[in-house]
Amino acid sequence: MSSEMYERMRTDPKFQRLVARRGRFAWTLAFIVLGMFYGFVLVVAFKPALLGRPLVAGGMLTIGVAVELFMFIFFWVLTAVYVRRANGEFDEMTQEIVKAAQKENK
Amino acid sequence: MSRLPRIGTALGLLTASASAIAGPPLGGIMEKQPTNWHAIIMFCLFVGLTMGITYWAASRTKSTSDFYTAGSDITGFQNGLAIAGDYMSAATLLGLSAMVYGQGYDGYIYMLAFFAGWPIILFLMAERLRNLGRFTFSDITAYRLDQGKVRTMAAISSLTVVCFYLLAQMVGAGQLIKLLFGLEYRVAIFIVGILMMFYVIFGGMMATTWVQIIKACMLLFGGTLVMLLAMSQFGFSYHVLVERATAVHKLGPKLMYPGSLLADPVTAISLGLGLMFGTAGLPHILMRFFTVSNAKEARRSVLYASGFVSYFFNVIFLIGLCGIIIVGQDPTFFEGGKVGGKLIGGGNMVAMHLAKAVGGNMLLGFLAAVAFATILAVVSGLALAGASAISHDLYARVIMKGKASEITEIRVSKIATICLGIVAIVLGILFEKQNIAFMVGLAFGVAAAANFPVLILSMYWRGLTTRGALWGGYGGLFSAVIFVVLSKSVWVDVVGRKAALFPYTQPALFAMPIAFLLAYLFSKLDGSARAKAEIEAFEDQYVRAQTGFGASTSTKH
Repeated sequence: MSSEMYERMRTDPKFQRLVARRGRFAWTLAFIVLGMFYGFVLVVAFKPALLGRPLVAGGMLTIGVAVELFMFIFFWVLTAVYVRRANGEFDEMTQEIVKAAQKENK
Repeated sequence: MSRLPRIGTALGLLTASASAIAGPPLGGIMEKQPTNWHAIIMFCLFVGLTMGITYWAASRTKSTSDFYTAGSDITGFQNGLAIAGDYMSAATLLGLSAMVYGQGYDGYIYMLAFFAGWPIILFLMAERLRNLGRFTFSDITAYRLDQGKVRTMAAISSLTVVCFYLLAQMVGAGQLIKLLFGLEYRVAIFIVGILMMFYVIFGGMMATTWVQIIKACMLLFGGTLVMLLAMSQFGFSYHVLVERATAVHKLGPKLMYPGSLLADPVTAISLGLGLMFGTAGLPHILMRFFTVSNAKEARRSVLYASGFVSYFFNVIFLIGLCGIIIVGQDPTFFEGGKVGGKLIGGGNMVAMHLAKAVGGNMLLGFLAAVAFATILAVVSGLALAGASAISHDLYARVIMKGKASEITEIRVSKIATICLGIVAIVLGILFEKQNIAFMVGLAFGVAAAANFPVLILSMYWRGLTTRGALWGGYGGLFSAVIFVVLSKSVWVDVVGRKAALFPYTQPALFAMPIAFLLAYLFSKLDGSARAKAEIEAFEDQYVRAQTGFGASTSTKH
């Protein structure tokens, strides 16, 4: 029975749409995080002097600290964006898919 | 090997490379400190409170699901705090603040590397973990593969990670408690081991989670208080703080430049990979995804956890910078009153000295109690993860082939907890004088190379077969262990040879591709009928991973 249910859900065009949309969204966010983080690591490894410069002349806030603080906040904002969309839009789609499959089952 | 790197790495998150970056060896042996009554009283209050919670949790821990996952009844917020607690060990507070104190900006870079794994875990793993797993992460790897063989492999690598991590924590705990509380090393080890067994055996996941939550709150509160009191001395101005810190620090303006930590790109990338994907392969962290009722709460857990972790890392950065001026310029915190000499108690005591400087003995006692509570909470989570690998994977699924009754399974897990506790105490005492810095690096390396590749492939790649999973898992396990053994941290520092056979201390960049490659090759070469059936079974697994349909839900709902 369970396998039939899964079969039915899999062939539901809505399921295809959910998977494609959520997959694209999650991978895009993941690539942003990975790209920024490893890009930063490469700057640390090859151009460290750049990060020690002050953001504004005479200021004590350096580029490196500012960039990192930005990443701490930005990455967390991205998780919030993902959670919001996944717990709202995507979960609603999921529930509809499960409901439709159960209805057909009866 | 000086004590400074040993403790810093011993306590948890700082991997083997910390020894390279924790500054020049300070030498000398940590002295046992006079008995610290403030700390002991506050710690006793913590123990009393958690004992009460354990008593309450024990009355609610009846089924296996209660024991392993608190009946999946933990909310996303609570679980987020608990995950943050699991992640912020005593090393985070003490080791990272000391790193900022010594190396400035390097410590901040290190913290970002710890943090950056969390968004990735959320985007790519959290909901699939929750939708497919029940008690342990082997539920997922073995979902459509050979239960006996794959679970045995996953349990072996889980136990490897747990044992090394546990031992590192125990030895670090003994040293730290000796220092902070003025207790004997052995007494400290016994207290930690026995309390750990008590929480896990009687309260299972429910007690373990609450111990973790309380400790996370104490840690967040204590750290924030120290930071605020210290920052008030600089008028809450980052500008003033950095101006004065760079003026007095021996690095001068270079304090805010990247230093030696990530100078070598191979080490930098390998460290980044190991921290990021090692986190995603630690059994006691993965287990936390099963304590919530559904994927929605699992996502929320990561949101809260990463928020707390990211906040706290920034607090620690400020604590370290304040320490440079407040602790680093005060002769009372240096041995012999010599500013710039050896800090009393070793280099990792910056946060503790700062607490004393800004809040007196009361705050010092509180922070010491937090450090002790932190160790207890982390070892309890580890012991529970280890015990469930033995009872749920090995006993119930491999030996009894799923026919064990819940009562016997719980009994086995309690016996396993006692065994792990005894092993931890005995090894903790035996390894008192050993250099155990490599063990946390090894734990993260094995988690990243043995657990993570098979786990992620089983969720994402339909072509994975039992044969591929076994080769990938064992291949990752052995290559991570061999790379660490041949690296400087074991081959030179423990074995005593002159030169390391493997030039890098971080195994992840090399061991992870080996695991992936072996898993890929042997899955592709597997033409058996069973392999075909396993590949076909991916379709159903995929639907469940995406929708959560058929996943175990909270017992209450």
